Formats: sequence, C-alpha cells, structure tokens
Amino acid sequence: MSHPDKKRLRRSMMFLNCQKPALIKDPYIYQPDSIMLDLEDAVAENQKDAARFSLYHALREIDYRGVERVVRINGLDTPHWKEDIRVCVAGGADVIRIPKCTCGADVHTVERDVLAAEREFGREEGSTLLMAALESCYGVLNCLEICKASDRLIGVALSGGDYTRDLQTGITGTGVELTGARQHMIIAARAAGVQCFDTVFTNLGDMEGFRRETETIHMMGFDGKSLVNPRQIPIVHEIFTPKEKDIIFAEKVVQEIDSKKAQGIGVFTVDGKMIDIAFYDGAKRTLMLAKAAGVYGGNLV
Amino acid sequence: MEIKCTGVAGTMESSDAMVTIEQGSGGIQLQLSSPVIHRFGNHMRSVILETLDRLGVKDAVVTVVDKGALDCTLKARVEGAAFRAAQCSEEQIPWGGAVR
Amino acid sequence: MINAVGRDIPEEVMKATGRDIFRGSLYHDNREYTKAAPTVRAKIDPTRSKLVGSIREALNRCGAHDGMTISFHHHFREGDYVVNMVMEEIHNMGLRNIRICASSLGKAHDPIVPYIEDGTITSILSSGVRGKIGEAISNGKLRDIAVMYSHGGRVRCIEEGRVHIDIAFIGAPTADECGNLRPNGGKSNCGVLSYAYADAQYADHVVAVTDCLVPFPNIPASISMVNVDYVCTVDAIGDPAKIATGAAKPTTDQRKLLMAKYCTDFVVATPYFKEGFIYQTGVGGASIASTIYLAEVMRQRNIRMGLGLGGIATPMVRLLEEGLIGKLVDTQDFDLGAVESVGSNPNHIEITGSEYANPMNKGAYVNQLDFVILAALEVDIHFNCNVITDSTGLITGAQGGHPDTAAGAKCTIVITPLLQGRSPAVCADVTTVTTPGESVDVVVTEYGLAVNPLRPDLMEAARSCGVPIYTIEELKDMAYAIVGTPEPIQFGDRIVGIVEARDGSIIDVVRQIKEFEFAD
Repeated sequence: MSHPDKKRLRRSMMFLNCQKPALIKDPYIYQPDSIMLDLEDAVAENQKDAARFSLYHALREIDYRGVERVVRINGLDTPHWKEDIRVCVAGGADVIRIPKCTCGADVHTVERDVLAAEREFGREEGSTLLMAALESCYGVLNCLEICKASDRLIGVALSGGDYTRDLQTGITGTGVELTGARQHMIIAARAAGVQCFDTVFTNLGDMEGFRRETETIHMMGFDGKSLVNPRQIPIVHEIFTPKEKDIIFAEKVVQEIDSKKAQGIGVFTVDGKMIDIAFYDGAKRTLMLAKAAGVYGGNLV
Repeated sequence: MEIKCTGVAGTMESSDAMVTIEQGSGGIQLQLSSPVIHRFGNHMRSVILETLDRLGVKDAVVTVVDKGALDCTLKARVEGAAFRAAQCSEEQIPWGGAVR
Repeated sequence: MINAVGRDIPEEVMKATGRDIFRGSLYHDNREYTKAAPTVRAKIDPTRSKLVGSIREALNRCGAHDGMTISFHHHFREGDYVVNMVMEEIHNMGLRNIRICASSLGKAHDPIVPYIEDGTITSILSSGVRGKIGEAISNGKLRDIAVMYSHGGRVRCIEEGRVHIDIAFIGAPTADECGNLRPNGGKSNCGVLSYAYADAQYADHVVAVTDCLVPFPNIPASISMVNVDYVCTVDAIGDPAKIATGAAKPTTDQRKLLMAKYCTDFVVATPYFKEGFIYQTGVGGASIASTIYLAEVMRQRNIRMGLGLGGIATPMVRLLEEGLIGKLVDTQDFDLGAVESVGSNPNHIEITGSEYANPMNKGAYVNQLDFVILAALEVDIHFNCNVITDSTGLITGAQGGHPDTAAGAKCTIVITPLLQGRSPAVCADVTTVTTPGESVDVVVTEYGLAVNPLRPDLMEAARSCGVPIYTIEELKDMAYAIVGTPEPIQFGDRIVGIVEARDGSIIDVVRQIKEFEFAD
C-alpha cells in the first residue's frame, strides 16, 4: 500500500460546509494547508443526499491548487456514513475524517468500507488517508490505540465541544478543561508517529484569545489546528513559522546528517551541539514549515 | 430514471441554483433563469440537458433558478433533484457512472 | 469611428449628441475655450422677497417652459424628495420635452419613470442612473440618447456650455430668505453641497428648496445668495434616515478583507506611501477595510496622510480625529459621522465639484492624488473599467468620480473580486468602457494583483509586497478557467446612452437591452 503525503504540513485545516457552493468554489485563495469539506454537523439532516452530489463534483472538478481535501463524514452511528465513504473515495478525497472516533475498531470499520470503495471505483488501494476526531473521554483515553489502528491514519484531532460536554464542563476560554486531552493526545500521536491537531476556536470576536490558544498548542507540539474562518489562517501560519536561528540550525543539521551518514558516522556536532539521527525529522519539519511560510528558499525540502 | 414525485435541490443563495424536477408529459421541458443568462445561457442549458440525459431522465418538467452557479454546482443540483424525484437519492449512487 | 479605447462609435451618434470620439486622456490638455455664462435677472430692489410658497410658484416665476433643462444635485442620495416633487409639478403643469441635468439619479427617483414614458422627460444627463430610471433608459423608453458623465465631466459640461441649465433646483438643508444655503443645521443635513455649486453659478434661474428656513445670515454659505433667485420652503426635502445613514459596519466578508489586505500590502510598498501622502477611497466594503488596514500601517510606521479626498465616510473621519490625516477635503458625505464632522471640524473642508474633479479648469484636487482605491463591475485585459452596466447590459451604476480620480492619481488601484457570481470581473473586453485603461495602474483581486504594463515603475513595489503577481491576461485566464468563456451580451440595435469621457468625448455607447435568446 502506498500513502501519499501522510506527513505533509497541516498547520491549518479549514472547515467548509459542502452545501454552500459559494464557500467551496475557491477556498484556496485563503491559502490553508487543508480544507475540511463537512458532510456532518454543517449539513442539515435532510440535505445529506444533496451535499454528496455537491461534494462529488467539487472533488472532481474544482482545482484546489494543492490544498489538501479532507472530508468529514457522518458518524458511524448514523445511516449516512457508508454512502459518505463511497462518494469520498469516488471523488478522490485525500483524507476522510472519522468523527466521534472512540476506539481502534472504529477506524477498522471505516477502513474496510474505504478499501471496498477503492476497489469499486478503481482507485489505488490505500490511496485514501484517514484521520480520527476524538470527541469523548473514551476516545481520548484510547488515543494511542486509535493512532496505531491503520497505516492510512495521518493523525488525530481533538473536538473540544463534544469532548468537554462529555467531561461535564464546557469551553471556558482558559483552555484548562482541554489541557489533559491535549497533553495526552500529543504524547500518544508522537508515540505512534502520526500528527495531532487541535480543536476549533469559534469565538471570532476574540482574535487575541485565538492567538493565545494557537501559541499554546504550538508550544505543546501540535501540528496544526482546525479552523472555522479564513481570518484565522494567517495567524496560525505566523505562529507556526520557525524563527530564523532555528531555520539556520535545521539547515545545518540536515546538511550534516546527509553528508555524514553515508560515511557511517552516527553522532556529530552542529554549532557545538551534539546531534544524531533523531534530530533529522524535526529539522526537516522546521525547513518545511519555513518553506511554506516563504522564509526558506533552499532546496533541502 | 423514472420521475415519481417532485424533486427539489439547491438554494437561492449566490453561486447556487435551485432545481425542481416534476413529472412531464413527454420530453424535457426546461425553464432556466439566471443573472448570467446572456453570458452562459447556452452553455448552462447544455450542461443541464446532458446531465438529465446521463441520468436517463427523458420525461420531465425542469425548472432551474440559477444564482450564478458553476457547472459543478449546476450538475450537483440537477442530480440531487432528479434522484430525489426518483426517490433514490440516499444510497448506492452511481458515482463516476451516470453521475460524473 | 474607432476611439482610443477601441470602441466603434457610430457617426450618427456623434452627430446626434454633437460629440467627438475619445482620443486619449490628455488630448484636450492646454485647449483654450470660453466659459458659458448664465442670463441673470438683477435684484436691485431690496424689498422684493425671494420667498415662494410652492414649487409651482417657483416654476412659474422662472418661466418654466416646454423643452427646458432643469438640474438637480444628489447630496440627499437615496433620501432625496426634491427631484420627485419638482417633476411631479412639471408634469401637472403639462410641460413636455424636459431635459434633466442631474449630478446623479438613484432608486429614490423611481417615481419619475412614468414621466419618461409619457414624454414629460425626454432627455437625461446624469453621472449614472440606478434603479428603475436605469431600466427605463436601458429599455429604450427615453426619447433622446442619455448622457452619462463623471462628476468632473459634469462640471466641465456645464462650464463649457455644452448643457445650459434653465432652472437649477438646489435642495438645501438650511436657507435664509436671501438664499444663503448651507448643508447643515437643518432637519435633513447632507454635509456638503459640492455638486450644486456649478448649477448655482451657471443656471439662468436658481431655486433653493428647503425645509428649514433660518434667519439671515445663514453663513458661511456653501451656495451664496448672489446666485439664488428664489427660496422655496416645503415640508420635507428628504428622508434624513436615508440621506445620512449610520456608519456602515466594517465588512466581515473574508473575500473583501483579503482583497483589502492585498491592496494595503501593495500601497505601503510603493514609493508614494510616505509622510503627507494624498489618498481617496470609496465606501465599498473592501475600500473601507483597506483604509482600516492602511491606518494600522500608518500607526506602526508613523506616517500621516496629508489629505483625504472625495466622498467621505466615518472611517476616514476617525483617522482625521486620531491625527492620522491632516485634512479631509470633501465632496460628498455617506453617513452621519461624515456629516457631523464636516459641519464641525475645521480640518474637514467642503470643496466644489469643479475644485474636486473638473478636467478643464486650471487644476483640480484629483490631480494631486497619490492613491485612489476604486471598485469596478468589470475590468478587461486593457485595464478598461466598467462601472455602469451589469451582466445583462442593464444600466445599474454611476461613473461618479471614477474616471476623474483614475486620471488624476499617481497610483490608481481597482479592487474587484475575480468573479462576481459567475460573471468574470476580469475579462477580455468590458461590456461598457467608463474609465480608460491608460488611467488604471493596478488591479487587485483576491487571487492576486496585476500591474498595468504602462507602469513598469510599480512592478518593483508589486514584487516586494508579497501579494501574488499575475499579468492581467493571467487573471482573466484564471477567471475563465473557473467559469468558462462568456458569450457576449445580446443587445438590441438602438443606442440608448453614451458614456462621456471626462473631456466630453464619447468613450463608449450603451445599447438597448434585449431578452436573451438561446442559440437554436
């Protein structure tokens, strides 16, 4: 099985309602890394069928100019998810987001249908990636199991609204109610080698609060954040842009490791710091982030 | 595809189209209104008729109130209305077949 | 004949309107001409009153007759009552073949459409015609070819004597019995009377219409008693709520905000963005948003705007109050904040339409602009802009100061979304040319910007500003790739209007609209 772009940058993942043609026709102008075409909460129960037709033609006919196309399907407890998977796969969605994922078995369930759809529609097996949204205490506690459930899985996302309801609290604006889930999820995701995405920030009147929250999850190690409005995108990208000294260091690390590993040397020093192969992925990621932000013009990534 | 009831899909929002498909009395009767009828009227008509043809809708009254929809939306709304009119819009849609 | 923007102007239209074809923006530079003059009736007798009790009486005293030209200003915007009440009276008097010379006409004037249909009104000159009058003209209901001129072009048209006004009706928020008129202090304040100034100077008869008579002297007056024949009091000259609305909420439309951001990023990268720069912007969502973004950069870099020009709305007023703008020089007020400011802030100053934009005087404010930020319905690969006809060919907009400011400014920026619904706003050929491409320097869309090849000097700023850069053809190609290549609008044969360039030549014609017909 091949996995296209499992590790690509996903700093910003912007929700869009599949039923809104004005929204889905050219969201790439806002330059998010990924868009999340939503068949679930944004689409009314009696419009699920119509939304799929819109989704299919959008996926097939709109040139999203390199922006990754994630589709959020309806939950496994609804009558919609099987047809959602068929349309995603037939349309060639890059990633399917599984909502309300509680355990590894949920991922397996979706994976079975995705594979069947790939066969039905003649798409390369394994070409459809998955991500899981954790929206309950149970799901959060099972994060490691979920992260390891499928080779297709690119990562996990926290869904703060449902999760805090399950916790019997709510979104307070302080972030304190999400601290445990965030910490647990990022640790599990890193242990499993997948990405980890933070929940949406819905109060568009509080851009300072949004900025603080994004800074927090960036420091915690998250790969990106789910977004509800294009104006949140530049703030996320700014916060995820590496500092100049980090870029220079990362460049040296990559160059040093590339040149020395052929010689079989395992440990080196860069700027007086001891480094080894474990630094390599992180350095590459720094350069990718820098390149996406337009502050690195080199060719190491 | 047999039209069993009146099927409606779409909205009157900008960039969308509202499509209504009803039982016909022989052939396709199309009524199309659009703010860009002068610029894309002929093209839109052929997109609508080709979509109906792919779905095998041969006998229907089709009303399209366009609000500046792109082809992808126009097709989706015609298909949505047709499958609803045929009461089979929820599952086993022929993605990539008649719907393309 | 083919004009300088490639439009074929039929000879019979040139003959019927007595106008030449457009030969380029500077073609008439240095031309000598003699200004027209009004025929004036002296008022020597100090005891003779100017007060009249009704519009009818004013019309009678001015010798209203068939075939006369009357004029109006549009400072009351969509709240205006004056045009309708004067036209109703003229209609009741049974007068015919009236020519209206308005600074602009809008939806507020829908009620006069029947007078077009019955031959009371047979000729219209206006900056633009929104609403039902536009529909009537587009449907060929006006006998004569309508003339659409810019704000500066209108003043030129009057001063040159191309149009001679028999009676000017000037709605005035306050007037004294001698005819000193002010735009403030009454029930229906409009802030300035800029566009009425030429009417007052050049019309044979000048009637002030007010709903607030104040004691003499009503000064400082925007229009002086030396030019006013009669003062007519009426119950209401307009609807205050529609004349000066509350400040529009800043847009939250992300597409407009993105365009505004791109616009500002470009503006601040140009060499013109420096202490004392001179700037004009519109009141559309993207224009206001770009002003707000610009103000942030001005604060950061400690750069002040020397002068803000043109139609004014509250965001510019706030910057004046904050000290970020030295002077506001005003020709129209779009909301209460602007009306109040021009009435009270000594650094917020009213000027006349001629001072603002007349191309044929000895130098107008527009010529001093560093930047003007404009909108457009369409802009083509020659940078020509259309601001008056929509995607069905219907007249729906007004030139306003668009061609004047574009011609004058060192850097003319047109902001437009790449697509208006399914209509490509960046296109191969605009439906109607209202502003020649030679006056337009940069087009900003949400996809990126294009610099007019006539302005290679601005390319450097474009390259350094971080906004995606395309050629105008590339923008057009992107638009067509999304929506398809549009077919031309199907028009009728009859020419119903001309678009006058600033200098009075014909830059384009507008044809009668027609129901769409499928190809087969």
